Amino acid sequence: MSSLSLAVRDSSTMLRRNLLHARRYPSLTLNLLLTPVMLLLLFVYVFGDVMSAGIGDGTADRSEYLAYVVPGILMLTIGGTTIGSAVSVAMDMTEGIVTRFRTMAIHRASVLVGHVAGSVLQCVAGVVLVGAVAVAIGFRATDTTVLEWVLAFGLLTLVSLALTWIAVGTGLSSPNAEAAGNNALPLMVLPLLSSAFVPVEAMPGWFRPVAEYQPFTPAIETLRGLLLGSEIGHNGWLAVAWCAGLAVLGYLWSTSLFAREPK
Amino acid sequence: MPSTVMPTSSRGGGRPAPAAVHAVGLRKSYGDKTVLDGIDLHIPAGTVFALLGPNGAGKTTAVKILSTLITADGGRAQVAGHDLAAAPDGVRAAIGVTGQFSAVDGLITGEENMRLMADLHHLPAREGRRVTAELLERFDLADVADRPAQSYSGGMKRRLDIAMTLVGDPRIIFLDEPTTGLDPRSRHTMWQIIRELVTGGVTVFLTTQYLEEADELADRIAVLHDGRIAAEGTAGELKRLIPGGHVRLRFFDPAAYRSAAAALRGATRDDEELALQIPSDGSQRELRSLLDWLDSAGVEADELTVHTPDLDDVFFALTAGTDQPNQPNRPNRPNQKGTAR
Repeated sequence: MSSLSLAVRDSSTMLRRNLLHARRYPSLTLNLLLTPVMLLLLFVYVFGDVMSAGIGDGTADRSEYLAYVVPGILMLTIGGTTIGSAVSVAMDMTEGIVTRFRTMAIHRASVLVGHVAGSVLQCVAGVVLVGAVAVAIGFRATDTTVLEWVLAFGLLTLVSLALTWIAVGTGLSSPNAEAAGNNALPLMVLPLLSSAFVPVEAMPGWFRPVAEYQPFTPAIETLRGLLLGSEIGHNGWLAVAWCAGLAVLGYLWSTSLFAREPK
Repeated sequence: MPSTVMPTSSRGGGRPAPAAVHAVGLRKSYGDKTVLDGIDLHIPAGTVFALLGPNGAGKTTAVKILSTLITADGGRAQVAGHDLAAAPDGVRAAIGVTGQFSAVDGLITGEENMRLMADLHHLPAREGRRVTAELLERFDLADVADRPAQSYSGGMKRRLDIAMTLVGDPRIIFLDEPTTGLDPRSRHTMWQIIRELVTGGVTVFLTTQYLEEADELADRIAVLHDGRIAAEGTAGELKRLIPGGHVRLRFFDPAAYRSAAAALRGATRDDEELALQIPSDGSQRELRSLLDWLDSAGVEADELTVHTPDLDDVFFALTAGTDQPNQPNRPNRPNQKGTAR
């Protein structure tokens, strides 16, 4: 068996294992979806009237704010789901089964690739579920072509992949599940500090760099453009570059951590 | 380190019994702490080898090195003919490892664990199902096969662990303290399992801190102490290192003890326990003459026990220095057998 087909085969075996975990214990995944859904409802129904005053020319109403906030909520969903991945990787590394994998003639990285593939699927499923809630409370995409839908899904998947590799590295570098949950928290906090809830222009000047120079803002702006027809500009390439950079960095980080000798 | 016990012809031309494990001078230290200080191993294929030692002696480190989990700081080793450093995947394809801590996936069922192993060994689906069913049946796990492994008892987990190790038909199986933490019944079940493994022709490398276990199971035993092999040989050879057999007579009445002690000069006295120890190999002939002697001396003990030297004596003699009250004429060190240091 060639090393590539070995890698694919072992990785898909590991993916099946991770999907089995997710199916057997869905509460972890569903709990992570509660945060974005609650934030969505909170910002639309409780803060919505005030928040809408901050977008556009000040005449926007709650439904326009709903449209504004949904792309950010979807990205936040991905961030939250990958925290779960960091926790489950950290938990997995304390299990004897991973030690067993290390003594078997299997593709080394398949353990990690299985986690990543499983996590990306969970992210996409989470985005679909949260998106369905958004649609249920009135969100509608405007004049979105098929190509734009495909690109939007592609972008969400790419962001999921990039953040998952970072999360896997975080999980591997954490001594236990609790630490992994804490260390991965930036994945959920960064979208809060991005243009997800208010436009960057509405932020105080000293804070704007924090929102501008981070992966979520260009990704959210690109998604907004694809779903709502707003200006994308250079945000598209920026988002892709961020994702590619983070994915490669996370991959290299994770595989080198996994290659370390266990104690 | 040459030894008369270890076969030395393994690297010669004939190769009658190829070595399952052949290691020279394995060393490993963590920081300042030397865990393995140059150990040599030669384990012929199809045998059971026990690495015996107390906690912290380096047993697990040896298993981790030989099963490719960690790399040695020094020394060379071949496992199943593959060099550990140059061809770790060749080693991995030939071995099965059951570590000290259960290596099952607790979140999925016993059957799913087995299927996972079958998939990772690239067995065709039908073969995987067949092997899974067969091993679950053999290890008495068929009834609980659809329950999550984390709900299993310690003994069941250990059985599942070994069943998973067997999926790929490994030629060499490493068992790191396979019975630690098991109740007596599970331990005996495990012993039975290990004996059956050997009849199938595999080589078993087990570590244990129980002397009885090494005695029960192993063809050859190496005593690991402070990162070195203190002695190596069959259980019989090791026991012969310590001529410590004796008969112990115990008295309840101090007066009877004192008069017996006076009558039986040459016996070792234990005044606190009111016990006398008379050297004996425990054979019927020696016992009969001993009893005759007791009768003629008018000694009637309240308890008589025959103590034949067991691996405990060997173990303590090799690892505990000189404080061996029962063996006044213990040999300096067992240097005609085994790899004495």
